[in-house]
Parts: sequence; structure tokens; C-alpha cells
Amino acid sequence: MQSIIKPPAGFSFGLKEVWQYRELFYFFTWRDIKVKYKQAYLGVFWALLQPLGMMVIFTFLFSKTWKIDTGIIQYPIFVLAGLICWNLFSSSVSHAAESMIQHAGIINKIYFPRIIIPGSSVLVALFDFMMGFIVFIIFCLIYKQPVHWPSVWCFPAGIIIVLIAAFGAGTFLSALNVKYRDFRYTIGFFLQVMFFASQVIYPLQSIQQSWLKYILAINPVNAAIELFRSAFAGGYADTTTVYIGIASAFLLLLIGIYYFRKTEAYFADIV
Amino acid sequence: MKPAIEIRNLGKQYKLATAKSYMALRDVITGGIKNIFSGIEKKKERFWALKDIDLDIMPGERVGIIGRNGAGKSTLLKIISRITPPTAGSAIIRGRVGSLLEVGTGFHPELTGRENIYLNGSILGLRRTEISKKLDEIIDFSGVEKFIDTPLKHYSSGMQLRLAFSVAAHLEPEILLIDEVLSVGDMEFQKKCIGKMEEVSKSHGRTILFVTHNLDSLRKFCSTTILLNEGKMVEKGDTEKIISLYVSKHLQTNAEMVWENGLSSANKEIMLHKAWITDDNGSTRSRFDTTEKVAICMEYEVMADDTAFTHGINVFNQEQQNIFNSHDVMTGNGDNRKKKGRYMATVWVPANLLPEGIFSVSLALFLPNPLDVLIHEHNKLSFEMYTDFSKQTARGNYAEAFPGVVRPLLNWEITKK
Repeated sequence: MQSIIKPPAGFSFGLKEVWQYRELFYFFTWRDIKVKYKQAYLGVFWALLQPLGMMVIFTFLFSKTWKIDTGIIQYPIFVLAGLICWNLFSSSVSHAAESMIQHAGIINKIYFPRIIIPGSSVLVALFDFMMGFIVFIIFCLIYKQPVHWPSVWCFPAGIIIVLIAAFGAGTFLSALNVKYRDFRYTIGFFLQVMFFASQVIYPLQSIQQSWLKYILAINPVNAAIELFRSAFAGGYADTTTVYIGIASAFLLLLIGIYYFRKTEAYFADIV
Repeated sequence: MKPAIEIRNLGKQYKLATAKSYMALRDVITGGIKNIFSGIEKKKERFWALKDIDLDIMPGERVGIIGRNGAGKSTLLKIISRITPPTAGSAIIRGRVGSLLEVGTGFHPELTGRENIYLNGSILGLRRTEISKKLDEIIDFSGVEKFIDTPLKHYSSGMQLRLAFSVAAHLEPEILLIDEVLSVGDMEFQKKCIGKMEEVSKSHGRTILFVTHNLDSLRKFCSTTILLNEGKMVEKGDTEKIISLYVSKHLQTNAEMVWENGLSSANKEIMLHKAWITDDNGSTRSRFDTTEKVAICMEYEVMADDTAFTHGINVFNQEQQNIFNSHDVMTGNGDNRKKKGRYMATVWVPANLLPEGIFSVSLALFLPNPLDVLIHEHNKLSFEMYTDFSKQTARGNYAEAFPGVVRPLLNWEITKK
């Protein structure tokens, strides 16, 4: 084994190295899941409480009090599909953003590709999402929501879009957080704004102004939710929304990894 | 045979961190606004923590690194272990690097001992299969087998450390970095670990880099030593040779000061000839372990009969804090008048009072009441204190940074109520 230590120069994604350290990637993810679900029932309970609680509230508000037209999708399914996508994004981003600071002790003492840290935060959020997704399926059965079977691929596609976007935003924010410690206070606000810019409680198509629709489509979570719901709406999705969302998810990924890789070498000096 | 470590022109530059190294966004924003108005951009001060290091270390070589605080010893280890990148130059490392820096890194209190072995092992670069192979041995060595499936939070801190060291000791890296200054925990167990690594290093020809302030363990452990000073490599060579070079040239301690023609006071009544630092046996030296008494001596000449005065010292640490002052209140508080002749005054700094570090001494001869300073020589002598872990010190077995301006060894009484 030979390694060459040099001042950082140029840019690479460092995928080869991440692959070398894949076991560490696994162990970080495994540790966080294990710790979280140590009290198994409570762990699952906490993972599900938030989306289900929100579903009940939103269903009460927007299908009983102020009616929102959701077409053939029943409102609880409509909103739960949005909520689990949104939660995957927001918990990935918020955990990833904090992750580098939390691991300061390790970063100061040992070398490994730092990107594993926000990466494993995203995987932990994916695990929580899976729990939510199972419950989502159960609710679909309870509500007898018809599924357009040829469009089932929309679910994994939506998940992948969210993961790409969340990983990009998460790595970017985590690196920014190392450098500017007070940046974390803005993340909660930023996520809240993004929540309302996501079609969780309303359908994007209900917006009259098309320019506003295009702007909101930049939010990649909207593309994922669009895909999720299309599996119930006979496979019909607004393709513009989806394409814009995919493009911006990849853009986020590039920006995030680029900024992270550019700054990571000096994390140990400042964290 | 190619060197295990091949360093060329290596340098590391740091921005001079005044208070904190990371920033607050609001500082950048407000700073930016200020700069716009003042039109001046703050110039960041930079300094080289390491510069132009060229070094080849052959496989199986055991190399010590010495130098004063801030000489760049720890920075060098950090670059070799890839925690921080160099600013210039390059280093080629052939083999897996392990260090005692990282003992217990990533331990999680909610996980069991066994789970933590896997986690810690993989953080340290072991493959899962390797850990499984060594698991029994690691558990055995740690001596906590009874609790191995209990969450770590129920362990005592001693047990946690034993487990941590046990994983570290079984790493079997080809290149081992030991920073005695920064490593943690129970010295006894640490010795056991170093012993184990030493055994491995001898039989398998492991390469070891050892940073220490303790010159004795350097002698025992390393045949070759590197001396760093202000980020530069002064010399690499035989340990004994380097140690004597270090002690004589670079420690910047000064155990003796002689005024060839005497230094006389303004009133010409007293003339200071010599000041020096000795140990218990009266031999002049500048390095003491913290359990030793240090004597500060002055030799002076009284030029006229019935001269009244007293002696004093001021002791400062490296941060130029005045740790204590002392003047002679025992032998008459300046009222004893002295006849003409040569005198020697000795003051003893008690054992177990000063922490590690370099101390400088100012000397004074003065009239206490009303105060009239006859001679006051600043920072003329200096000496170094270090911890000898084989002795009973106020540190106990605690090897990490131990703050405090003084470090007395105090009596503790524990009574049951």
C-alpha cells in the first residue's frame, strides 16, 4: 500500500477512495441506525410519528376544512406521499449539514474520505424513509387507493431524485457549516421555506401562474412528489416539473460535491 | 529497499489563528461591510509550522522526533497520517499508518463493547474480516470480556480506555506514529500497548515515529532522532548526539550566568558575579522532572561592611506570566547587615510545584523597606520541567493536556461520613 501526500490540487470526485473505504461508510450508517433503533419499538415509532401526525393534521385541514382538489388521489394518500418525500429530503439535509461538526473528534484524529460522513447521514435518513414507505403502502391498502401498475418505477425514481438533491445540498451545507459556524441557524428556516415551496399539501398543478410553477419546479422535491403521485394518477406526471427537478438535483449534487471536495482538506485545521 | 516514508520539501503553512480558526458568517458579513467602508482588506498573518522538510525513513527504522513546543513535531505527524494536508512538497508513505493519537476514536456509548470494536477497528482502517479474526485476541487483551456485550456507557472510563488501546494495539500498522504529548489515558496500559507494538515492530520490522519530551524514553526506544526547530529540520542522526545538541543548543535554557567583571549595583555596594541553577546534588543543570527540587543560586560580593539588602527572584512561564516571586524573609528580612566578602544565596523551588514547561528567572538584590532595587536582572536563567511518568507526580496517570499555572501535589483526605 502506497499513498502520496501532496498539497491539494485540481479536482476529482474521489470515488475510487470512497470505494476503498466502503466498509467505513457501512459502519457509520450501521452505527447511526443501530443507535437510533436500539429501543426497537421506540425507534420505529419516532420515525413514523412525525409523518403520520402531519398527515392527520393536513388531512383534517385541507380535505375537511379547506378543500384542496387532488383529483382521483384521496387526500390522506396525496399528502402522505408528499410528506415522506419531503421528510427524506429535510432529514437528510439537516442531519448531513450537522454531521461534520458532530464528527469533529474523528476528523481531527484520523484520515478517511470526509464525504462518507454526510453520505451516511443521507443513508440513515433513507432507512427512516423505508419505514415510512412501508406505512405508506399500508395506508394505500387501507384506503384502497388504485395504483397504476406500469408506473411503479416512479417510486424508486422519485427516491433517487430526492437522494441526489439531498446529498448535494447536505454536503454543501456541511462544508459551509464547518467554515461558518453560525450558518446552522439558517438551515431550519431555509428548510421551512422549502417545505412550503414543495407540493406536499397542495398540487403544483393547482397554481395558476405558470412562471411560478416553473420556479417552484426548481425544487427537486417537487419532481419526486410529482412522480410518486403519478403512480396513482394513471402515470400522468407533469414532465416539465420532473425534468427541471432532475436537472436541479444534479446541479445541487455537483455544487455540493465540488464545494465539499474543495474545502475538505482543511477541515481538520478548522473544525 | 525503498523508504517507508519519503518526504520532500514538505511544508505546512497556517493562518495565524488569533482567537478561533473558524469564522462566523456574521463576522464575514460585518467584516466585509467594514472593509468596504475602510477600503482596507485585513491582511492575514501566516506562518510556516513546517518548512523544507526532507526526510527518508527506512522500513523498520525507529525514529524519535524532538523539539521545543511549536517546533512542528505534531504537525509532521498529522501530515503523515493525512489528517491535514501539506501546503508544499510531498510525502510518499509506503504501508498502513496507525497512531496512538486515534485511540478510542469513534467509540459510541450506546453500542456494546463488541460493536465498538468493529466500529473503531473499521475507523482505524481494519477490514471487517480482519477484525473478526482478531476479535478474541482483542477482547482478551482488553480484560473486559465479562462486559463485552454491555453498552459502553456502563463501562468505567478505565475500561473504555483498555478496550480502545486493545484495538489500537492489534492494528499492526506498518508505520506507527506515537505522540506521547497527545496520547491519552492510563500510562501503565499505554506502556503495555507500546510494549506490544514494540514487540511487533521488532519481529516484523515495523517503522515507528515517536514524538516525546521525555529524553529517557527516547534513548530507550529510538536509535535515530530528528531535531526540529521552528518548523525546520535541524538534524537527523544518532539519538545520543541529537539529544545533546538539543539540550545544549535548542532547549534555550540557560542554567548558568556569569558576569565576568561583576555587575555592580548603582550604589556600588554589591557586585553580582554569577547565578546558576542546580539540583539536589549541587550539579548545574537545566532540565528537571517535576518531582525534583530546583535550586537557584547567586554569588555576589559585598563591597562595604554593614550593607543591608535582601534577595529575590521572579519566575515566569513560557507565556510570560509571572508565576511567583519570592524574597528572602527567612534570614532577617533585609535587616541583617553583611560584612564585606563573597556570599552565595540559594533558594529552593520545592518539588511538585511547577508543571511542565520552560521557566525563566529574574534575579534581584534590593532593600525591601523602603523599596530600593539595587540589582534586577531580567530573565537571566531558565530551566525546563518535564514529567517523568515513572514517578509519583501530580499528573497521576493522566497523560493528556493538564492545564494550570502551577501543579502542586496535594494531599487528599477521604473520610466516610
